[in-house]
Amino acid sequence: MDRPIRVLVAKPGLDGHDRGAKVIARALRDAGMEVIYTGLRQTPEQIVSAAIQEDVDVVAMSILSGAHNHLFPKVVNLLKEEGIEDILIIGGGVIPEDDIPGLKEAGIEEVFTPGTPTTVTIDFIKNNLKK
Amino acid sequence: MIKDEKMKQIKASTKEWEETTVDKAISRFPERKEEFTTGSGLKVDRIYTPENIEELDYEEDLGYPGHFPYTRGVQPTMYRGRLWTMRMYAGFATAAESNKRYKYLVEQGSTGLSVAFDLPTQIGYDSNHPLAEGEVGKVGVAIDSLKDMELLFEGIPLDKVSTSMTINAPAAVLLAMYIAVAEKQGVSQDKLRGTIQNDILKEYIARGTYIFPTEPSMRLITNIFEYCSKSVPKWNTISISGYHIREAGSTAAQEVGFTIADGIAYVEAAIKAGLDVDSFAPRLSFFFNAHNDLLEEVSKYRAARRLWARIMKDRFGAKNPKSMMLKFHTQTGGSTLTAQQPENNVVRVAIQTLAAVLGGTQSLHTNSKDEALALPSEKSVRTALRTQQIVAHESGVTNTIDPLAGSYYVEAKTDEIEEKAMEYIKKIDEIGGAPKAIDMGYIQKEIMDAAYRYQKEMESGETIVVGMNKFQSEKEVQSDLLKVDPAVGEMQKQKIEKLKEERDNRGVSNKLNALRTACESDENVIPYIIDAVKEYATLGEICGVMREVFGEYEQAVML
Amino acid sequence: MELINKLLQGDKRACARIITKIENNEDEAVDILKEIYKHTGKAHVVGITGPPGGGKSTLTYRLSKDLSNQGKKVGIIAIDPTSPFSGGSILGDRIRMNELSTDPNVFIRSMGTRGHLGGLSKATHGGIKAFDAFGCDYIFVETVGVGQSEVDIVRTADTVVMVMVPGLGDDIQAIKAGIMEIADIFAVNKSDLDGAERTTAEIRMMVEMGNNENKPSILNVIANKNKGILELIEEINRHKEYLVLSGKLEEKRTERIRSEIITLIEDEIKSRIFNDKDIYKLLDNVLKNVYNKEIDPYSAKDKLFKAIV
Repeated sequence: MDRPIRVLVAKPGLDGHDRGAKVIARALRDAGMEVIYTGLRQTPEQIVSAAIQEDVDVVAMSILSGAHNHLFPKVVNLLKEEGIEDILIIGGGVIPEDDIPGLKEAGIEEVFTPGTPTTVTIDFIKNNLKK
Repeated sequence: MIKDEKMKQIKASTKEWEETTVDKAISRFPERKEEFTTGSGLKVDRIYTPENIEELDYEEDLGYPGHFPYTRGVQPTMYRGRLWTMRMYAGFATAAESNKRYKYLVEQGSTGLSVAFDLPTQIGYDSNHPLAEGEVGKVGVAIDSLKDMELLFEGIPLDKVSTSMTINAPAAVLLAMYIAVAEKQGVSQDKLRGTIQNDILKEYIARGTYIFPTEPSMRLITNIFEYCSKSVPKWNTISISGYHIREAGSTAAQEVGFTIADGIAYVEAAIKAGLDVDSFAPRLSFFFNAHNDLLEEVSKYRAARRLWARIMKDRFGAKNPKSMMLKFHTQTGGSTLTAQQPENNVVRVAIQTLAAVLGGTQSLHTNSKDEALALPSEKSVRTALRTQQIVAHESGVTNTIDPLAGSYYVEAKTDEIEEKAMEYIKKIDEIGGAPKAIDMGYIQKEIMDAAYRYQKEMESGETIVVGMNKFQSEKEVQSDLLKVDPAVGEMQKQKIEKLKEERDNRGVSNKLNALRTACESDENVIPYIIDAVKEYATLGEICGVMREVFGEYEQAVML
Repeated sequence: MELINKLLQGDKRACARIITKIENNEDEAVDILKEIYKHTGKAHVVGITGPPGGGKSTLTYRLSKDLSNQGKKVGIIAIDPTSPFSGGSILGDRIRMNELSTDPNVFIRSMGTRGHLGGLSKATHGGIKAFDAFGCDYIFVETVGVGQSEVDIVRTADTVVMVMVPGLGDDIQAIKAGIMEIADIFAVNKSDLDGAERTTAEIRMMVEMGNNENKPSILNVIANKNKGILELIEEINRHKEYLVLSGKLEEKRTERIRSEIITLIEDEIKSRIFNDKDIYKLLDNVLKNVYNKEIDPYSAKDKLFKAIV
């Protein structure tokens, strides 16, 4: 049996719009992945602890509130501090095109904006695993 | 309405037309699809005829504008008398900056203010709370204490404007601050006009800015109903919102069904708390979405009006006609906007504006084209407002009331949506009411199923979204987006520190203790919140006391 | 092995990685389990089971939080079903326990059943051993919670807490058969709801009618209001003490070892047989004969079995 890809789907910050996160969680499940869904209002510290305990391959975060420039890089940095570099980190939400280069520089490997088909995200995960 | 003999004839000739003319045409040119559906997946037939509205009773089911069951509108003259309120939701970063935007909007002809708060404010945290990090001033204005509220409305006479505040879990605190600011301006409470959203159930369902568990939240809401019915009689105490339910992916019928089920829960809670239905029901208002399927949306608003009127009259025995009128605010659908080719969104918003107006809305917010990318820029906000003005003054649809009434299609869909919504309400009644259905995750699951279905249809190309999954073009970078200054968080933090040095801290703790005692008792807590606010207790302190007494809500997630 | 040393020193990443290896049935997994076995046996394993919607996760969260406050180290294995169609799953038990994510005394691991029936995942036992060697004082195993398929938990846990809620009505009757034998403690959650007294009374009646020598205790709790949690911990500890003093713990665990070894043998046989290409060839060869009624499936089995043995 192939090992399933494990993905942590998290909503950092206070934003309560979880339609995107839930849709992606379902789509990843239907693509055969194990999705650990953590719900709303996650601090970067909680996300990193959960990622470690669950030994995930991917951390997928969604923010629609505009706090992405602050919260996404913070998660990457905390993971780095823990010496973890083999987790694929991706983000999605209402994110201006202008912000994407900066986020990628900070270690978010891909940013998915509204309208991205779930299949694109699924393929990206499958082709970019680090473990 | 049509005589039996005539109806028979129509049925026969329709059948004949299908079997001869249509079949012949189809055999040469097949239709584009096997089955046509509305944006929400309701089946759509080739044509609608008098047969579809055979059961419709004009007097019973439609009536006249301003008459029960208000299908055609709640006011007798509708837009011939006064246009809807063009209310643009706005709020940015600091109180001072938002204040500038409000003044700008008023100059541009906006006829009502609408305040957006940032997430920490909406969840009852001060800007210096660890969870507020990165969020301060992002989706709206940060309000930590009465000081910020004074700045927010500086130079805006509160007896002249009507203000809508998108605030739910801590609605009582923000309302208290508004009352306090008005008092400082010399405006008494009974002159205040506006709305607080105050709809916690849809926060649990779809929007996520909840704080307290269901029971104390419902109590806070009924406390507000009671307080306002006596002291702030012109205030709309709740805006029961389907908007976010639809944004979360529901169908049109679910939007109506779940919203009205929430409405029923509030009415029941207030009646249980000993209020007379006609004492608070006239101040209940609603908030719906406007999507792209123009005629389905128009039918939706009409169905919602009729359904609510009948429920208030038959189920709750309301006597005052105002208790039966479903008045609603509309916002065009944020989730219908695309990040791709954002200029197309202007057209979508225009269609949605038409839907809201043909559906008889009382007020409208139109989204700006760049909202799938960021908060809107001033320029795009202006276009969005102009869209409303063009519909109001150039399209001609405002000249007569409910112009789509009598359309075989619209009447049939109005019936169908009402029926489907009623099925949801019955199901929720069986479960034991909306709060219980939410705790069980039933409503969330139904919405999520619809959202996922839509996503799949879009990805398969069954549903076409122009510019997104068809007619794409190369990506272009939007460069004139609004940016929030990241220093706002720091500024707010310093303001809180300064406030805590300057205010009478003993007075604050006295008022907070009094509030705590009130929360623990059965008393109405609103006067205590007003006292604490006036003493410059912060939002976080006030909500902190309530968090200690009431506990916090735990989200039910059904995936 | 470095990873094992780290686990024994309480390194969370090492623990997580080892559980992954166990879950994925990697080659090293057995070697690791062999190595850590001697370090196990100290943790008290508590099964949290009961019908869906009963608040198992919230209860597990509260119990773990209080135990952590008492300075205890807690491991949680939370199991959700894997979709038989896609092989994927959504593991959502952490939602109720997010606050514990950053608690240094607590380790939460979500598992999909990955095709295993019986309410647990196949890797649960291995996961428990890893947590045990990691130094957990308590290990909570939260089952899938679908009706009667909860038999595994008895063979896994030292103490089984059955979480019930008011308003199940006839469901109590339906699940009665399955649950009476397995519960050591009944926790009636959400006991502030209407019907709580009736539910408690019904359970009491069933308990009285049962013929266990150590009758299960019944406690009222309100997990989301943090009521009755300390009492439940006391009750779990009391049950633990009873097991030790009565010799039941040894009995239980010995039985568990028996069934574990049997399962291991079964697995080994299965994997040897079905990883053997020749046997597959033989199997393929007889299929047509069976289809054509030249031979019946039972005789085919005999024929194949002879070849295997």
